[in-house]
Amino acid sequence: MDVKSNGAMNLELLNQKLLAAARRRAPDDRVPYAFEKRIMARLASAPVPDGLALWAHGLWRAAIPCLAVVVLLGVSSLFVAPETPAASATPASSELSQEFENTMLAAVDQPASSTEDER
Amino acid sequence: MERTDPELIKAVLGGDTASFEPLVQKYLPRVFATARRYARRESEVEDIVQEVWLKSFQKLGTFRGDAPFEHWLMRLTVRTCYDFLRSHQRNRETSFTELNDSETDWLERFVADPAGASDEADGAKQLVQRLLEQLSPPARLIITLLEIEDRSVKEIAQITGWSVPLVKVRAFRARAEMRKLLAKIAREKYL
Repeated sequence: MDVKSNGAMNLELLNQKLLAAARRRAPDDRVPYAFEKRIMARLASAPVPDGLALWAHGLWRAAIPCLAVVVLLGVSSLFVAPETPAASATPASSELSQEFENTMLAAVDQPASSTEDER
Repeated sequence: MERTDPELIKAVLGGDTASFEPLVQKYLPRVFATARRYARRESEVEDIVQEVWLKSFQKLGTFRGDAPFEHWLMRLTVRTCYDFLRSHQRNRETSFTELNDSETDWLERFVADPAGASDEADGAKQLVQRLLEQLSPPARLIITLLEIEDRSVKEIAQITGWSVPLVKVRAFRARAEMRKLLAKIAREKYL
């Protein structure tokens, strides 16, 4: 009996023998009768992936979290706004809003001023 | 005249679905053989094979043609088999006290005469199959590709999409897992 002194089997040799047995076991490559016909039938019945439909589906899925965020922000603004009426009137915030408005409307303001200059 | 793979692929991509059938016929035995390495029940093998062909049809547009179609298909097959292993990894833990007569006989013969025990015996083939089924999915894939199919680390990296260092790490772990299972056999059967 090939038992090592520590009482263990010769595991390395066992490993080698079993892997050799696995290598000898060539996998069966038989194909069930008319299997290719079955695959072609599956392909014919499978829905063709429509890129536009996928894109629309993605947009619809994205719409739900976007709507949730909008609702949350809306609700939070309802609760937060009354608490800070003084804060909104502080010079810093009014300046910021003014600057933001100026920046947004700069494109609209410019042509008017330039036409005045031309006159 | 028989059309070549690139011609058939071009036709399929051009909308001629029927041109896919000769490709299926040509490579079906190869895909079946690979699937049978990872799944035992015939119904599971057929599911894997069917999924491979559905995926290959859907992804045919991504085939660049710089390597043979067979290589691309076999990569897809191995990856599908790996997905199958991952989704069926329950109940892997079984006891080796439940070995059948043929497996037990072979083990007895190995214990009595390690060098003389034939690796052609059915008992050895069944025992290694049982061992492989108890390995984790990455370990089973690595042992199959590296030790049984005798592929290089670089080849395995290409097939699996893993990096070369990851393949080496997983090969090291897979061998350790295999040794652990063999130690379990020795413990349960002979101690």
